[in-house]
Amino acid sequence: MGSLFRSEEMTLCQLFLQSEAAYACVSELGELGLVQFRDLNPDVNAFQRKFVNEVRRCDEMERKLRYLEKEIKKDNIPVTDTGENPEAPQPREMIDLEATFEKLENELREVNMNAESLKRNFLELTEVKHILRKTQVFFDEAAQGSLVSYPQMADPSREEEQVQLLGEEGMRAGGQAALKLGFVAGVILRERIPAFERMLWRACRGNVFLRQAEIETPLEDPTTGDEVYKSVFIIFFQGDQLKTRVRKICEGFRASLYPCRETPADRREMAMSVMTRIEDLNTVLGQTQDHRHRVLVAAAKNIKSWFIKVRKIKAIYHTLNLFNLDVTQKCLIAECWVPVLDMEAIQLALRRGTERSGSSVPPILNRMDTFEDPPTYNRTNKFTKAFQALVDAYGVANYREVNPAPYAIITFPFLFAVMFGDLGHGLIMFLFALYMVLKEKPLQAKKTDNEIWNIFFGGRYCLLLMGVFSMYTGIIYNDVFSISLNIFGSHWRNDYGKQLLMTHKDLTIDPKDSYLSTPYPVGLDPIWQIASNKIVFLNAFKMKVSIILGVAQMLFGVVLSLWNYRYFNKKLDIYLIFIPQVIFLCFLFLYMVILMFIKWVTYEANAMDDALKPTCAPSILITFINMVLFKPADKVAGCDPYMYGGQAGLQKLLVVVALLCVPWMLLAKPLYIMRNQKKAHLLLNNHVNAVEENGGAAHADLESGVQNAPAAQPPAHKPGSHEEEDPTELFIHSGIHTIEYVLGSVSHTASYLRLWALSLAHAQLSEVLWQMVMRLGLQAEGWLGGIMVFVMFAFWAVLTVSILVLMEGLSAFLHTLRLHWVEFQSKFYSGTGYNFSPFSFEVILDQAANSNDD
Amino acid sequence: MLKICGPKLSLCGLIISAWGIVQLVLMGIFYYVQSVGLAEDLSVMEENFETQEEFYAAADSAYQQNAYNCWIAACLYIFTLLISGQQFYQNSRNSLDA
Repeated sequence: MGSLFRSEEMTLCQLFLQSEAAYACVSELGELGLVQFRDLNPDVNAFQRKFVNEVRRCDEMERKLRYLEKEIKKDNIPVTDTGENPEAPQPREMIDLEATFEKLENELREVNMNAESLKRNFLELTEVKHILRKTQVFFDEAAQGSLVSYPQMADPSREEEQVQLLGEEGMRAGGQAALKLGFVAGVILRERIPAFERMLWRACRGNVFLRQAEIETPLEDPTTGDEVYKSVFIIFFQGDQLKTRVRKICEGFRASLYPCRETPADRREMAMSVMTRIEDLNTVLGQTQDHRHRVLVAAAKNIKSWFIKVRKIKAIYHTLNLFNLDVTQKCLIAECWVPVLDMEAIQLALRRGTERSGSSVPPILNRMDTFEDPPTYNRTNKFTKAFQALVDAYGVANYREVNPAPYAIITFPFLFAVMFGDLGHGLIMFLFALYMVLKEKPLQAKKTDNEIWNIFFGGRYCLLLMGVFSMYTGIIYNDVFSISLNIFGSHWRNDYGKQLLMTHKDLTIDPKDSYLSTPYPVGLDPIWQIASNKIVFLNAFKMKVSIILGVAQMLFGVVLSLWNYRYFNKKLDIYLIFIPQVIFLCFLFLYMVILMFIKWVTYEANAMDDALKPTCAPSILITFINMVLFKPADKVAGCDPYMYGGQAGLQKLLVVVALLCVPWMLLAKPLYIMRNQKKAHLLLNNHVNAVEENGGAAHADLESGVQNAPAAQPPAHKPGSHEEEDPTELFIHSGIHTIEYVLGSVSHTASYLRLWALSLAHAQLSEVLWQMVMRLGLQAEGWLGGIMVFVMFAFWAVLTVSILVLMEGLSAFLHTLRLHWVEFQSKFYSGTGYNFSPFSFEVILDQAANSNDD
Repeated sequence: MLKICGPKLSLCGLIISAWGIVQLVLMGIFYYVQSVGLAEDLSVMEENFETQEEFYAAADSAYQQNAYNCWIAACLYIFTLLISGQQFYQNSRNSLDA
């Protein structure tokens, strides 16, 4: 199997498929998911391709299925997901599927249409029923005291007129219909009532009388299915003009008007008939619903597998569209990238496909040579996937470039843990990740849209390692929720008398007398927890550790670049780039790291020699700055300014050599190439009559630095390789590269100090949280303290998880990511490749399912 | 049985209770054996004493008191563990019924 150290070896293949067998073969390849097809007709638009008709039919089927699914969801029918994965059906089955879907859709549409019109009818009838019921009340009231009620609504200034009108009504009733009091009754949405009322008043100048009553039960809107609240209204007015005006206003407010009889007897009769009709409608509606339900339940059983089938067919035709047609129209020609190791499996799949289609001509898979960069394919499993994703988020590796992912599996959680060192917090993270890892299968089956959960779940193995490493660094820092554990007994002791202790708050303990001369077995001595200079001590320690880790990681990155140069056979780059880079980094920064170790080892509290006492230990940073500036070390009385003999001379030599590496990196490569170019030109000029091969040989000779690996393609004379390049461009390119590296080494080394800074911040934050919250509970007096501890612990626990584990964890994670992307990968990784995206049903179905959920 | 908390709240209560029981019992033990690491959290550390004996006596009783307080709190968490456990059970059964 392929390894994670480099991406898989890929090869471009040409595939000849017989027209009849093409469909079955592509279907088999889709199930396999190891072949990436190239578009052979990029300039043909989507509508001019060969199988556009089939794709269109699939689209249509998909639309119908989506419609079905929507209706199923509307009725809350559970969709059975058997999890089975049906194979792509034969092309001839497509017609059957189409017919099935067509029938289902038509049936459903018809049922829906019927149901809708029935519902509309039903709504109208219920509204009429309500109108009749409510208006009955109005009429009853009017019959009892019409004369009293009318003036109430009228404007005081018009009161007289109104009264007069009503009085005259009886006399003029026969002659003038216009003066007869008319009315319209209807139903309107309840929220429109106030505006409706105002409009009526304004437009009719107060000459109409509106009564309204609310319908208590909500009614169902037949088109949207929403429940709406409505009110019954009845408007009394006089005259035709007002009538038209009122009608127009009602129309404008989308009120539905219903005819209403004038005499009570008629109304009663109407109410009766409405009631019977409503009952009839109810039974019919019930039957329609039942029918619809039956159809949908039947469809729900199959809809998942139908979706899969249709999507597979569509994907196959989509792929077939990428193929070229042979001149004889007998076979299809495809070009595809395949992993060399999987050729066997692909051949097998093709053979299966041929057998299935019953074709006699086997497909032909030919390896092709190409100058193109193959795609990058890293075979991952569930464990390495998260780490590969972290690397790919920065940039996909070039083809066969060294892959940083396997190293990140260890360095990533480790650097994270350096910043997140706390046994308690690490344990929380570890337990959470462990839960996700152990319950992997059930949690995976329970697909959720929760993006944050999906991120956590996807990175569960990464989280697990981060938790474990944090627990380790927590033990080294001796921090459990900012409290130290004294497991082995502190290796410091108190030498002061009790009397002295009573009178002094802080006393300095001299390591000469009080330190047992052997360190605490694991990690930090717990004595430091109660020391007031804990931070000073820890800062010095953690800063040094950060730089040591940083230089180690950067050096490792530079060494990885050697693997790249060797693999791609760039001998020139090893001598002209890699070696000066290593020298530069080692002579300056590795030397500083060595100084740290020398300082740790040499200086001791109970040293015999006075020059090796702790007070004489020089500051590493000052020493380093003096070294670069060629300054002599500062002298302190009684101390040796240097850590070892000959330090001053050696340091000068190191700096000079390191500085010499800069022009080496900057100029050597472009000068060398230019000289070779000149030589080649001379050669060409001298042998004008010589055949091409001579020049070609010369080129190949020069080109040894840029040739591809022998295992891959033959030497590719890509346009744009060194010879064709402009010398100025060469210089600019190498200038940028050099400046980036030299300045980068300085700034990246400093950048690793973030390990110290974040670890300090994390430790301090958790200490502050303990002191501000937990201590409140612990310091409460007497028995009440128990309850205080109970309450404060809950606060402290919630804050610990939300601030220290989640927020601090996120920030430490981001800083780790940055250290890997910028400080580590910049040393060797170009990351300008593109991912291998094979034609795979699994991926296509997943994508479709996800986009459906959104 | 009565249903007070939703599924999420009861789960949260369960986790905090379990965590609280473990940590507070441990802390109680550490206070009982007069661990120096936890001394800074004693209320007596901020007071002034005339003699050593006075200080030691006060510190001893404060250690003991804190140990008992931690165990009391742990017992209270057993109580909340039972409540939230019952609620969680209720919720999970309800969701199965539905």
